[in-house]
Amino acid sequence: MWRDHLTEIIVFSLLFLLVSAMGFVAARWRAPKDMAHLDEWGLGGRSFGGWITWFLVGGDLYTAYTFVAVPALMFGAGAAGFFAVPYTIVIYPLVFLVLVRLWSVSHRHGFVTPADFVRNRFDSPVLALLIAITGIVATMPYIALQLVGIEAVLKTMGVTGDNALARHLPIIIAFAILAAYTYQSGLRAPALIAFVKDSLIYIVILVAVVYLPYKLGGWGDIFAAADAKFDASPNPNDGILLNGNNQLQYVTLALGSALALFLYPHSITGVLASRNRDVIKRNMSALPAYSLLLGLIALLGYMAIAAGVKPLPGASAGSVDNNTVVPLLFDQQFPDWFAGVAYAAIGIGALVPAAIMSIAAANLFTRNIYKEYLKRDASPAQEANVSKITSLVVKVGAVACIVFLDPQFSIDLQLIGGVIILQTLPAVALGLYTRWFHRTGLIVGWAVGMALGMWMLYQVASPTRKHFGGSAFPLSEFGFDTTRTIYVGIVAVLVNLAVAALVTLALRAAKVAEGVDGTTPDDYFADEGDPRVTPGADRDANAAREPVA
Amino acid sequence: MAAPEPEAPATAPSRAKDHSPWNWLLFIPIVVPLIPVFFNGDSPRVFGFPRFYWLQLAFILLGVGTTTLVYQMTKKRGDS
Repeated sequence: MWRDHLTEIIVFSLLFLLVSAMGFVAARWRAPKDMAHLDEWGLGGRSFGGWITWFLVGGDLYTAYTFVAVPALMFGAGAAGFFAVPYTIVIYPLVFLVLVRLWSVSHRHGFVTPADFVRNRFDSPVLALLIAITGIVATMPYIALQLVGIEAVLKTMGVTGDNALARHLPIIIAFAILAAYTYQSGLRAPALIAFVKDSLIYIVILVAVVYLPYKLGGWGDIFAAADAKFDASPNPNDGILLNGNNQLQYVTLALGSALALFLYPHSITGVLASRNRDVIKRNMSALPAYSLLLGLIALLGYMAIAAGVKPLPGASAGSVDNNTVVPLLFDQQFPDWFAGVAYAAIGIGALVPAAIMSIAAANLFTRNIYKEYLKRDASPAQEANVSKITSLVVKVGAVACIVFLDPQFSIDLQLIGGVIILQTLPAVALGLYTRWFHRTGLIVGWAVGMALGMWMLYQVASPTRKHFGGSAFPLSEFGFDTTRTIYVGIVAVLVNLAVAALVTLALRAAKVAEGVDGTTPDDYFADEGDPRVTPGADRDANAAREPVA
Repeated sequence: MAAPEPEAPATAPSRAKDHSPWNWLLFIPIVVPLIPVFFNGDSPRVFGFPRFYWLQLAFILLGVGTTTLVYQMTKKRGDS
């Protein structure tokens, strides 16, 4: 009953209203002369310094869903859920090496999306279109999942209804407000809100990891309780340590997720919004503070075991919703007002990434579909306008996914999203280093990687489902005599690379035209203050060339 | 295609340094956290944490230390 949670609901609502007001005010924060430009609306003027970038990218990468789902995974499966820690360690050196180059080349040429870069680098609008569509398709379910995070909180507070519309009304309102201020303020809104969101999360988690072990008898007892639970369960692959079967899966999932995360359009948007290379590099040393936070959050799953939390029922009869374990733990262990703060941290935590993701998807549509195929001569003001409207459409789509479809569908799609975004690695990440691959080779590799990834995911069964049961692919399916599993995305991207390389060799032997590289080696090291290539001249030069690939 | 304007020499040193051998160090925090033999065990325990947990959390420091070192060693002069 919601009446039992009145204090929590009031605290949650007040904090939610506060950040909504901030979202609208953000349009005037560090206000540009002219907001009607995609660089301003979609990238915050490419002007964010160290602190803002830290909060923005931190708030962007560590989403509400992460904060809810990772402890839920620990609660359900144990050590396998801790992959989130190596995953978020490995990503920063990768960004340090790779995305800094993307920042430079984008700064120089005025690129807004990774597909802009690919178009220019490989002289192929088709490849750019594929990259853009992959990005949009991978991002949409990720936005929907942020709603799953909010819903877990609302459910725990007893805010539910008898029919689908009543049950979803709070998140529809929340997303309508979010859509309105994102429309008005662009990337400045999540950047400003991220300060509140991240501060709340840090406070809540620091209190939780000091106070809860004290209440639950210390870390030794917490791990003992988890160990006892997994010993008693019939599943052979859970436990507080990994076993022989899931170690390969653990490391490939960590690596694959890290590679996927920095290819996601929303991470790239966060990185491109920074002021210069130094801001990014310094942040790679500072952002791991969030990884520590995430590691501690993951352990909340064990605390929930030790505290005897029983998850609330799921959408279908007989199932349980493990995503509710952390909200329930807070409800059970904290005073009402502090549980309200914790819920607000999760709820607001959903808004920041949802805003950035919708902006990133909107930018992809505007730059690589609208401007490329619908209106070649769009002015910067028109681009900004199309992007604003698209961001609304994207959010409506995300809400519709949650309201009309089983949330499990979004979770499946997000699983697929990680695998498909990895297929852009050869063109985007390796493209920053080499133009050795032929554009047609990259297209064929992408197609094969996508098809293989989908097939493998389809084949994965779980105790409750026959298909799309997870991302751990049993190697025995390939005919190996083993019970080991591996992360689908890694296999798909390796095959993608191999195919791209073979096709490249064949096309080169046949002397098929490769197009013209629109970038120079110097572009990859350009920094703040270096002159820019005028985007207009750049685009026209490309447009004048014959259609390709 | 408009060739980029000739660069002022002021930015040249940063470019040369981007190829710094220090960058190779970044592969340590990419590779080490992905080797399960290091961390997939229970003992020794630290504050009740099995090795699996405390060591992986400690790898965060390895990542921070390495990126900080590489940043300091490769950044532009006159910029500190």
